[in-house]
Amino acid sequence: MSPAHASGALAALVGREIVRFWQQRGRLLSSVVRPALWLLVFAAGFRSVFGVSVIEPYQTYVLYEVYIVPGLLGMVLLFNGMQSSLAMVYDREMGMMRLLLTAPLPRWYLLLCKLTAGTLLSVLQAYAFLAVCFVFQVTLPWRGLCTVLPALLLCGMTLGALGLLLSVYIRQLENFASTMNFVIFPLFFLSSALYPLWKLEESGVPIVHRLAQLNPFTHMVELIRFSYYGRLEYEALLIVVACLVVFFAAAVLGYDPQRGAIARTPRPAR
Amino acid sequence: MNDVHSDAALRVIDAVKHYGSNRALDGVDLHVMPGEFVALLGPNGAGKTTLFQLLSGLFSASTGRIFVQGVDLRSDPLPALAALGIVFQQATLDLDLSVVANLRFHARLHGIAAQRCEARIAQLLPQLGLADARNARCRTLSGGNRRRVELARALLHEPSVLLMDEPTVGLDPESRQAILQHIHALCRERGLAVLWATHLVDEAAGADRVYILHRGRVCREGPPQRIVADLRADSLLDAFLQLTGEERPAA
Repeated sequence: MSPAHASGALAALVGREIVRFWQQRGRLLSSVVRPALWLLVFAAGFRSVFGVSVIEPYQTYVLYEVYIVPGLLGMVLLFNGMQSSLAMVYDREMGMMRLLLTAPLPRWYLLLCKLTAGTLLSVLQAYAFLAVCFVFQVTLPWRGLCTVLPALLLCGMTLGALGLLLSVYIRQLENFASTMNFVIFPLFFLSSALYPLWKLEESGVPIVHRLAQLNPFTHMVELIRFSYYGRLEYEALLIVVACLVVFFAAAVLGYDPQRGAIARTPRPAR
Repeated sequence: MNDVHSDAALRVIDAVKHYGSNRALDGVDLHVMPGEFVALLGPNGAGKTTLFQLLSGLFSASTGRIFVQGVDLRSDPLPALAALGIVFQQATLDLDLSVVANLRFHARLHGIAAQRCEARIAQLLPQLGLADARNARCRTLSGGNRRRVELARALLHEPSVLLMDEPTVGLDPESRQAILQHIHALCRERGLAVLWATHLVDEAAGADRVYILHRGRVCREGPPQRIVADLRADSLLDAFLQLTGEERPAA
């Protein structure tokens, strides 16, 4: 694999994702509308219910809508990561995947290209949502727009890798609805996206609190939150990087023609 | 590989593929020489698609080996895949992209430089009667033309082996004939090795050699005339029906 071949393939796959995304403009709209509804409706309604006291990384009391922005950024990345896995299943059903997997490039590299392409779209949508936050005058520091970028890229890659891993096991497009129920919702609700973890502890539900602590999505949200305020949460960073490595390695193994789960079940014979 | 088929463009040695307890392929031996048009004839469910999935590296054989231009597909997949051109049974075009965009996408996956890619496109599209469709969205093309685009794509990187997995399914007789003739010409003129899977006996009748696949095994191999003569059959269809154990309807 020469550098020119590698970069050409990456550009081709990223280009294809962007063209497809552009052709499905409804996707951009829904990716912005979904968190915007949470921000404008949910947060407005719960502003008085959830008083958020001074916690790291905030210097002062913050309004609830400020608190949930990192969680909603995580939600954008989470949905798009799962959407990419749906696209992989679609490609497999439509045969496009065969074209990819028969290209003379290492499979791990092709999967990495897909992951990178999906992540760029995720980050683009995250910034579109941040623009909405500024339009609705949520008090967020401007410089956070720069400092949050590495965290968004890393979390986008990690959630995309999780989507890639799931796409090994999702056999049909119809099964995507269960992914929503069993992956997206638990990851999102059992995390610090909507409420700080101490609230869960205080509410006397130690099991939920423990689960939320173990949830990698909690650490992604915290990584995004701290990065937005120019601080690096080392523990969260380590956990997210470890998850990325594990999810991606498992996905590569899953797509391996010799050992992977993808090779174990018969394809429909035609 | 010091034997008579060591210079084969494509070689399959004792390929077995299990899916659980089901043996989809049961010890298949096969070779295609450069410039040879070989048909893989079998009824539906004979194992043709499974064999093609192994040949294209999508899955690995449980046991057995596959060589493309002498390169082992399992131990050295990248040069082996680079030498293969594949037309899948299922359509694999991005229908929302233009013909030329689909071809460029493929060229980049194969590491073909832009200049060479444009030269190949300029050469292939007129040969396949697609010169006018260059900028058309693939969704707007007829089934026959979509197949031709896929063929152009499979030939873009100048492979030495062409795998065609039931490429004429769903096409009208005229398009079928045109594609078949084009491939025969490529074998003669360019020395391309072709493996053409089909369940249509008339497509196999013009092949240099035929492998008849039934229940995951090769049950007969050779030039069509020899298979017919050996079985004292009236035609290849008759021989095929004898071998696959199916009664000729209303015989």
